[in-house]
Amino acid sequence: MEKKPYERPHLTKLETSMPGKFGMRREQPPTTHIDGVAVEHLAKTYGSPLFVLSENTIRSSYRKALNAFTTRYPKVQFAWSYKTNYLAAVCNVFHQEGAWAEVVSGFEYQKAVDNGVDPKQIIFNGPAKTREELETATQNGSLIHIDHLDELYLLMEIAANSEHRPRVAIRVNMDTGIYPMWDRFGFNYEDGQAWDALNKIMHSGKLDLMGLHTHIGTFILSAGAYGVAAAKLAELARLLKQKFNHTLRYIDVGGGFASKNTLKGSYLPGSDTNPSISEYAEAISSALINSHFAPGELPLLILETGRALIEEAGYAITTVLAHKRLVSGRRATIIDLGVNLLFTSFWYQHPVTVAQEFSQYREDTTLYGPLCMNIDCIRESVNLPLLQTGHRLVIHLTGAYNLTQWMQFIHMRPAVVMIDTKGNVHVVREKEGIQNVISVEKLPDHLHISG
Amino acid sequence: MKINKDLAISENGFLFNPATGESFTANPMAFEIIRMLKEGQSGEKIVEWVSRHYLVEKSTVEKDLHDFFGLLRLHQLSVEND
Ligand SMILES: Cc1ncc(COP(=O)(O)O)c(C=O)c1O
Repeated sequence: MEKKPYERPHLTKLETSMPGKFGMRREQPPTTHIDGVAVEHLAKTYGSPLFVLSENTIRSSYRKALNAFTTRYPKVQFAWSYKTNYLAAVCNVFHQEGAWAEVVSGFEYQKAVDNGVDPKQIIFNGPAKTREELETATQNGSLIHIDHLDELYLLMEIAANSEHRPRVAIRVNMDTGIYPMWDRFGFNYEDGQAWDALNKIMHSGKLDLMGLHTHIGTFILSAGAYGVAAAKLAELARLLKQKFNHTLRYIDVGGGFASKNTLKGSYLPGSDTNPSISEYAEAISSALINSHFAPGELPLLILETGRALIEEAGYAITTVLAHKRLVSGRRATIIDLGVNLLFTSFWYQHPVTVAQEFSQYREDTTLYGPLCMNIDCIRESVNLPLLQTGHRLVIHLTGAYNLTQWMQFIHMRPAVVMIDTKGNVHVVREKEGIQNVISVEKLPDHLHISG
Repeated sequence: MKINKDLAISENGFLFNPATGESFTANPMAFEIIRMLKEGQSGEKIVEWVSRHYLVEKSTVEKDLHDFFGLLRLHQLSVEND
């Protein structure tokens, strides 16, 4: 006798209420393959959990963003924000596409150099650059974005003892109408600190003032805020031209565009509501084009877009370990991927899909990670088919910040693979083992336990 | 585990509990199990029957049945005995 396929028994309570004001829940189709490679094959070959990156998606996201700007503005340059994802393979896809590097530490700077980036195309941001790092960046002709007066004075001192002139910009913070206003980085526009710093730079005669920089925040849901930011930087450029007859080479409006992810607490999916790259591009380009710059004198526009360029290219594959029913009657599913690996689950409702076909029956489920910690919850509520132990899930839009902010905690960090444009799978970061942890530990002699 | 005898079950898996006024849909497996419970079958018999007819480990059926009985209790579809 042929046995029938099994599905666990389940009851769905019928709610008499009408569909909510946002309509019925959308059913996500299963993700059986990523870029043509079977999810089950990936998990079996490289282990679970597993991070998967799509080279195709990285390139297409980049080209789409570049196109949104170049169709509106004549000179555009992206600089890849290393902190968003500094796996060498990811950085070099962006560099091959033409992106410069944007780094915020000596470590990231070194990584960019090791990746083969021309140091003149490295933007060095951040509030904590050391003297040695500034000296190296000066010698290499990198673009140093000054964060505070202490750094400005240090750079003037370095310049006085060097045959190289530091190539600099200042980071400007400002009121763009959004809350919270980030005022802890750079010099303020409204209270005159920024103009003051620019005057100091111009009067010193020791630094090459190349541009102006701002980064107004992250996941900014208002494209208009970028128009305000660009206009304020353009005004500083006008004052520099007027007072010092100095022409800036670039205006860098930083990163911060919202991606397609859905912030926790949102009713509507981010893919429907967040501004598109084109809307940001329109706001920035028109602010610059409508400012005082003569048509032939528009500065290079630099963008340090992070999450909006990489989130969609990242997937996490995870396996169902166990189930329980909570006292409330709610189903809880325990998976092998925790918040230590998926840091972004603290602020996003990541889309989750199954990796195989199921019947139409579904259940509201809480997804818990494997850490023995109460905070380890990947989704508080997600409507999923009737899962069994061993089933795979795919968590979407995970490419930003997770692979830099993840922690080795309780379990080892898993492998990361990249699927290339021909569908070949490459391990781009190996799965960690206990050696990765204990090789850097030292046990004082008196603490050895002799057997 | 005994099913509340007032529970109305239709052939397409629709359940109505007159005691609470609540309605449910049962997936085919839940429907089979409720049918067997109504016939007075024991949990062991049900596990036996399901694992004989479906592609599944006996231990999985046992765990799922345990969970399902919890759901029946939660929604007041069962009467306590066993
Ligand atoms: C200076 C700077 N540029 C760019 C970025 C990238 O931001 P996002 O990922 O929001 O685009 C950041 C991130 O915090 C940043 O600090």
